[in-house]
Amino acid sequence: MPDYNTMELMICTAARELEDGATVGVGTGAPCAAAMLAQKLQSPNLLILFEAGGVAPLIPEMPISVGDSRTTYKAIMASGMCEVMETACRGMLDYTFLGGAQIDMYGNLNSTRIGADHQKPKVRFPGSGGANDFASFCWRMMVMTPQDSKRFVEKVSYCTSPGWLTGGDSRAKSGLPLGAGPYKIITNMAVMDFEPESKRMRLIALNPGYSEKDVQDNCGFELLKAKKIVENEPPKAEELHILRDVIDPYRYVIGR
Amino acid sequence: MDTIEQGIGEVFTDPDADKARAFFRTKSRKMENKVMSVKEAVEKFVHDGDYLKGGGFGANRVPIAVYHEILRQGRKNLGLSGQTTTHDFEILCAGEAFNRCDAGYIVGLEARGLSPNARRYMESGKVKVSEWSNYAMAVRLKAGAAGVSFYPARNFMGTDTLKYSGGKVIECPFTKTKYVALPALYPDVAAIHVHEADMYGNCRVRGITVSDFDAARAAKHVIITCERLISTDEIRRDPSFTVIPFWCVDAVCEVPYGSYPGNMYGEYFSDEDHLREWMKVETDPEAFKAFLDKNIYSCKNHFEYIQKNGGMEKMQLLRQKEMMFVGARK
Repeated sequence: MPDYNTMELMICTAARELEDGATVGVGTGAPCAAAMLAQKLQSPNLLILFEAGGVAPLIPEMPISVGDSRTTYKAIMASGMCEVMETACRGMLDYTFLGGAQIDMYGNLNSTRIGADHQKPKVRFPGSGGANDFASFCWRMMVMTPQDSKRFVEKVSYCTSPGWLTGGDSRAKSGLPLGAGPYKIITNMAVMDFEPESKRMRLIALNPGYSEKDVQDNCGFELLKAKKIVENEPPKAEELHILRDVIDPYRYVIGR
Repeated sequence: MDTIEQGIGEVFTDPDADKARAFFRTKSRKMENKVMSVKEAVEKFVHDGDYLKGGGFGANRVPIAVYHEILRQGRKNLGLSGQTTTHDFEILCAGEAFNRCDAGYIVGLEARGLSPNARRYMESGKVKVSEWSNYAMAVRLKAGAAGVSFYPARNFMGTDTLKYSGGKVIECPFTKTKYVALPALYPDVAAIHVHEADMYGNCRVRGITVSDFDAARAAKHVIITCERLISTDEIRRDPSFTVIPFWCVDAVCEVPYGSYPGNMYGEYFSDEDHLREWMKVETDPEAFKAFLDKNIYSCKNHFEYIQKNGGMEKMQLLRQKEMMFVGARK
């Protein structure tokens, strides 16, 4: 058995995507943990931004809310929502991490509802929050989520936040800022990107212990496969130490 | 300007800038004492059917005393801005105080999970919902604060968020780029909790301002609750700290620990045990009713609510937690 859990694996994988000097818009939970981990390892100058107004904090412990005091701890600026989202719309935010109840083959996300009746949904979720905004504006949108065919559906039943919409050049034609869109999808089993022409989700890397079949069996649509599928490195001792002992000692996120 | 595409969501408030100007023309510019109790403020400025915007961010710098008073006074059929609403939303759902909602972020309490009762209320069919995003709601207030009827943004397009919103896609007259036009939001009333205010309503806020700068300007009436009343001399000593000027404000209520059980930047952290208790008790209707009676309906004011939940000893602990004193973390 590996000496790390699914959440730790996804956070470590995600953290490696965030290079020094980049900007990232995050929410609470796993995305924040990934940004904090990157900041404490290879990317000390990673600028973390929160939609509520926190700009470039040195986060001392896991925030509970994207607007709580921890999101401005030793920050550069305590601003507001327009400041952060306008910065993103201006093209200054490189990455964001989003999630949802459903994700489809073009990386569109549903965090609003299940059920057809909008005024009386079967299940009501929070809605967009800042997700539609970050997904529209940030250059590269990433998702961390368990690999599960109920979650990975061919078409989201409700598109809260834009991925590549219906693929091809549909996003470019929509009016959303050019060149921004879903980048990587990180799961417990694999990492996917999007094939440049069709914009369909494509398997590019496997986590230790999983096969292409495992991933496909837990995905509700046909995944494209990269010519060369690499094996992801498991979490390193140093990554796990910082994640467990410094970032999340009370296991708010990694204990889930 | 032609509309290329438009959502089917209802716009619950009138975005007309001239109508807003006509109202603001009548708004008092007098520097007069506006200090009153929360009870008086809600009696005067929150009416059945009004559209309400709350300040802060869910459970951070939120005017809890105003929400509790809205429930005690039995306000109904409010319109609600659901921009980053979490525990505030949970309270207003407990009182079934609103029947239409602009959804930015609702139902959830961020990392704490979803409120079972808020979900139940939003799945009941009793509430009309238009979809937006947090930034879209921020932009709608920005338009209101600027005295215009809409503001262009580059989100929404291609999604169901546009479809269920009241937004309209238009073309830029200069570049031909597509934008979603978001209608100005002029709330009937905004309630905002701040660190310091003087008796006229000049306000100081520390930490993030979220959308409160614009909310205070776009709203027709503004209720301020503050941690501390300060002198106008202090405001005038350094005007660079003033975030909200007095002419926006109708009522000033001094409510120490007014964001409790939420977080207040630089003052006290959120009471996570109490927030957890709220969410847990919501799964049992009988217990929830008793919980609301104890914590809201039988309380005279915010002090009594705090007294019932640990009083000054608890507040001291939350202050230590905010300052991250050794041992105050769990």
